[in-house]
Amino acid sequence: MGEPIIELNEITKKYDNQFAVDHLSLTIQKGEIFGLLGPNGAGKSTTILMMLGLSEPTSGGVKVCGMNSTRYPLEVKGRVGYLPDDLGFYEQMTGFENLVYTAYLNGLNKQVAEKRAMDLLYRVGLLDAANKKAGKYSRGMKQRLGLADVLMKDPEVIILDEPTLGIDPEGVRELLKLIKELNEQENITVLLSSHQLHQVQQICDRVGIFVKGKLLAEGNIESLAKQLFFEDTLVINVTAEPVSQALIEKINQINGVNRFENLGDSIEIYCDFDVTPTIANTIIQEGAKLYHITKKDYGLDEIYHRYFEGSEAT
Amino acid sequence: MPNIKQLFRNFTMKSEDHFIRPNRSSVFRAIVRKEFTDYLTSWRIIILLLIICLTCIGSLYTAMESIKNAVNQSEEAKQIAKDSFLFLKLFTISDGTLPPFTTFVSFLGPLLGIALGFDAINSERNKGTLSRLMAQPIPRDYVLNAKFIAALLVNIVLFISLGLLITALGILIIGIPPTYEEFARMMYFLLLCICYIAFWLNLGILFSVRFKQAATSALSGIAIWIFFSVFYSMIVQMLSKVLMNPETITSTAQALGRQELVLNLMRLSPNYLFSELTNTLLSPSVRSLGPLTMEQRVGQIAGPLPLNQSLLLIWPQLTGLVAATLICFAISYVLFMRQEIRSN
Repeated sequence: MGEPIIELNEITKKYDNQFAVDHLSLTIQKGEIFGLLGPNGAGKSTTILMMLGLSEPTSGGVKVCGMNSTRYPLEVKGRVGYLPDDLGFYEQMTGFENLVYTAYLNGLNKQVAEKRAMDLLYRVGLLDAANKKAGKYSRGMKQRLGLADVLMKDPEVIILDEPTLGIDPEGVRELLKLIKELNEQENITVLLSSHQLHQVQQICDRVGIFVKGKLLAEGNIESLAKQLFFEDTLVINVTAEPVSQALIEKINQINGVNRFENLGDSIEIYCDFDVTPTIANTIIQEGAKLYHITKKDYGLDEIYHRYFEGSEAT
Repeated sequence: MPNIKQLFRNFTMKSEDHFIRPNRSSVFRAIVRKEFTDYLTSWRIIILLLIICLTCIGSLYTAMESIKNAVNQSEEAKQIAKDSFLFLKLFTISDGTLPPFTTFVSFLGPLLGIALGFDAINSERNKGTLSRLMAQPIPRDYVLNAKFIAALLVNIVLFISLGLLITALGILIIGIPPTYEEFARMMYFLLLCICYIAFWLNLGILFSVRFKQAATSALSGIAIWIFFSVFYSMIVQMLSKVLMNPETITSTAQALGRQELVLNLMRLSPNYLFSELTNTLLSPSVRSLGPLTMEQRVGQIAGPLPLNQSLLLIWPQLTGLVAATLICFAISYVLFMRQEIRSN
């Protein structure tokens, strides 16, 4: 940790006077899994293409592995694996042949290429399908073959654009596990973009929320919640009987509690920090029966949703 | 399977020592090899190659039969045949049942060129392989260049083998070996065929870069092919009827000038250029490609031109054809280099 491997400095991409990416700055450290989250059309893919030097930023600088991607795209592409969202293979060739071809393009010789292709097919669980035509692969198999393809060049960084798109839940779970393994065992930095929050949440060390070409917030899930909702960070849901006026008064006086909402069968208490034990204590001291008390954590869904609520209001 | 476990372990040790810095030319060769294999294994190309081979061999066979009959009549005929470039007649004459070889090439060649090129880039884009290809450490133009080279190789292999096959068959059936000059002319002719098809190939590639749909680019290519092989000459003939109307022409110089104009209009068509080129190369008695006045012909001794003179005569046409090819390639190159890689 601590060594930046992808540095975006105020990059901008304009298409017909419209910003696809708007002064984006982002640093990704070596060895982390970073999730780029955003709705469709937010500029995620454009940003990724600029990292690979496949698209030229209108202004700003991109550095990957310490090299300027716009000026030295070949060097960068030699070290970075990229899994595009509209992934496709040569259908008349087998999965194995597709991988070997990629290896040739990376300058590996036949022996090394074939050996590594077999290793990787084994690793992604496609050894049985190695000699099947890639046209006959299912979507999930293609995605796993895609991951193997990305790894053929022995990359330092892999960039996955919507890797979980269109695969079934079991497939997603396996793919994410594989990505996590790669990150842990081989110290490969992973950047993945997605609009599916649960999945990103499972494996990412940090996420960045990306909307309309701008990075709204970045950090781990907890700090994101703090960044986006600097007040009412924590919500405590309580079901108690009876909820008397005196009890409400008491709870409101607890240090850190901001707001209070009665939902009918339960109450929600918004507070700055975790005061769950104090609340529980108060309720019991007041003689009420406590049935249920939970701390509500913000998942990415919540963050996402609340952000969009906010953006529509403004 | 203990072997795989061993392999797996080898892989997990970062294999720095196996990693060779990409050797550019070997990478380029890898792409060419793959594209070449793709062409040779695609049904579309196999069928076209078969059609071309069959029609060409058919037309050559009829030509051979009629030549053989003429030659076998007497010993004298054999001697005359040797002096009059009989071997080259294989490509240009027919007994009326099938058109000669050159006509077939000028008609089917473009179809082959377009078929080789029309989906070079857009099919990769639609299948999603282009973005994967572009993510590899290869310069962007390698893809385009390699596709062109591979298609050209298919062409070269086809025509050189057809040419040599014909020579062999010709010797066997007619019984007269080609002279050195005949052989040289034949080789130049084959080279011309390759150039001519390369033009159509590049037109196909240009459309494949420009149009996102393979069907659009195929149809545009075929439209141009039909336009030049059928309609263009009709249009020019109509124009020439108006231009060459005897009532409006007052002097010989004017008549000559207009004749030249019509000819130059015709030469805008690659098909016409090709036919001029092949006529000059394969019929050494052709002395000029423009109109000649009676004064110019006075005192002229009918006889074949030597090879270098024939080549000199077709030089402008050849340059024109190659230039058209290069222009198509240059446009597609520039378009491709500036295009966005993403598919949507």
